[in-house]
Amino acid sequence: MSGIPHDHYEPSTGGEKWLHSRLPIVGLLYDTLMIPTPKNLNWMWIWGIVLAFCLALQIITGIVLVMHYTPHVDLAFGSIEHIMRNVNGGAMLRYLHMNGASLFFVAVYAHIFRGLYYGSYKAPREITWIVGMLIYLLMMGTAFMGYVLPWGQMSFWGATVITGLFGAIPLIGESIQTWLLGGPAVDNATLNRFFSLHYLLPFVIAGLVIVHIWAFHTTGNNNPTGVEVRRTSKADAEKDTLPFWPYFVIKDMFALAIVLVVFFAVVGFMPNYLGHPDNYIEANPLVTPAHIVPEWYFLPFYAILRAFDGDVWVVIAANFLTGGIVDAKFFGVLAMFGAIVVMALVPWLDTSSVRSGRYRPMFKWWFWLFVVNFFVLMWVGAMPAEGIYPYIALIGSTYWFAYFLVILPLLGVLEKPLPQPDTIEDDFKAHYGKSSTNDGAPAATPAE
Amino acid sequence: MSNAEHHEGTRRDFLYYATAGAGAVATGAAVWPLVNQMNPSADVLALSSIRVDVSGVAEGSQITVKWLGKPVFIRRRTPVEIEDARSVDVADLVDQVARNANRDGSAAATDENRALDETGEWLVQMGVCTHLGCVPLGNAGDYALDGGVGGWFCPCHGSHYDTSGRIRKGPAPENLPVPPAEFVDETTILLG
Repeated sequence: MSGIPHDHYEPSTGGEKWLHSRLPIVGLLYDTLMIPTPKNLNWMWIWGIVLAFCLALQIITGIVLVMHYTPHVDLAFGSIEHIMRNVNGGAMLRYLHMNGASLFFVAVYAHIFRGLYYGSYKAPREITWIVGMLIYLLMMGTAFMGYVLPWGQMSFWGATVITGLFGAIPLIGESIQTWLLGGPAVDNATLNRFFSLHYLLPFVIAGLVIVHIWAFHTTGNNNPTGVEVRRTSKADAEKDTLPFWPYFVIKDMFALAIVLVVFFAVVGFMPNYLGHPDNYIEANPLVTPAHIVPEWYFLPFYAILRAFDGDVWVVIAANFLTGGIVDAKFFGVLAMFGAIVVMALVPWLDTSSVRSGRYRPMFKWWFWLFVVNFFVLMWVGAMPAEGIYPYIALIGSTYWFAYFLVILPLLGVLEKPLPQPDTIEDDFKAHYGKSSTNDGAPAATPAE
Repeated sequence: MSNAEHHEGTRRDFLYYATAGAGAVATGAAVWPLVNQMNPSADVLALSSIRVDVSGVAEGSQITVKWLGKPVFIRRRTPVEIEDARSVDVADLVDQVARNANRDGSAAATDENRALDETGEWLVQMGVCTHLGCVPLGNAGDYALDGGVGGWFCPCHGSHYDTSGRIRKGPAPENLPVPPAEFVDETTILLG
């Protein structure tokens, strides 16, 4: 293993040696928990633990909710009300699961923006990034199918609109859509298979999370400077790092506690704030709600989907060049999925040799504009597709693609980066003073 | 290369490809039922035609029935609507094909090619927006006549259909499709 040099687990007692020579599981856990971690990690490095918590929360609350839920078009909506009114603590369990999905996405967006700003996707961490993007895609699939299960109006019509995206694929689209739905329209077959997959995918995510952690434990964590931990010797590495346990576990737990205070305030006092009232009306295939809106975490991509109508010149050009195969509908679908594809390809699109945005004066502006643009798209995705809104969505979508396809490739050439510290230790000293560098242990400060 | 080596090499190659080929076929045969089970089941496929009594539909009104899990609009149009629908030049349309399952696939999108009967009084079409499958609202949109008569509007992404159910504005690419339909007697329409 080529990792950061550090002490490995050595079995000491007879029993430990017996187990270690047969199954080195204690060693695996020890090395994972004691992994050397850059000691300058800031508060944006806490979202991983929040995400791990969310996955556990969703799986545990999900498993108990299934004990009371019935996946059938005639019974699903009623069984949710049964959970809310009759099951002991049922309302709390469901609200935890509903809002847990939102916390999951808050954390994943913060985590992704952290990675984009500090260049965590750059070599040698491309695999970590790609696996992370796969996890994000699976999260979206899982959340979407989970939202269908209560069988309310938004469930039904959200499912109709999103599976309609597959119908937009030229030639084979309708067959694929029918295959996905198990019939000509969203119905019982659809509900049943979504339920099955909604139960399965979180475990696939859990598997990919292990791969994600494995990958960045091999390369080592990135850090706010983007400067690598010295691997020349164990002594050098120890000047740049601290073991994950106890230092970062305690820090992460503290951050998680604060996040959970906010989370439980939402769950307890405003559990439906992020939901839609229409989903408390049972699904009706003959009536469309006046305004179909996806959950907040899909809104930026929904805005991109709707931005490209038949009047936009790129759509007209694409339609002409492909002989009509790519129409406005298919173009919107391509744009929506393309928005995630370009983000997944960012390790190869960003040409700058400097990893961290902290030392990239021009990049910073474009990055923060990208963040603002994300929220603008989120806002416009919730608005009706008329008046000024489609234009705003079009500008926002254009910037999304320009950021990855034009700005990041060009900045690497045009930008003059600021000087970076030689080592993580230097950065740490600059922040916390020289007293804290001895043996990597922070100097005691008087409590009073 | 000696003959013996050559002989042994091709033999091994053959076994290798034969084994890999058999493995691929066996995998495909095992996966196909798992894929195919997701296609529509027999009971879903069986519900292919229904009869609708339209004796209670007054002029200028419309009913919605469920066929193949989707809504079908059956509208009895007023003379004003028919006149409006028939006055449109096909060249002005976004989609210039009739999309009528009862006509030739290339039939032009004139109102005559979309209405169920020759007078144009009855218009039968799928109530499914051709954009992403929402149910359009009746008597609404930019192509409704004065007083909000006729025309359809999809609230999801703002597609406007005219008094003949033809797409005129918005992201939808095609006219509302006309399903296989016919009058089996004075007051009954057979769908499918």
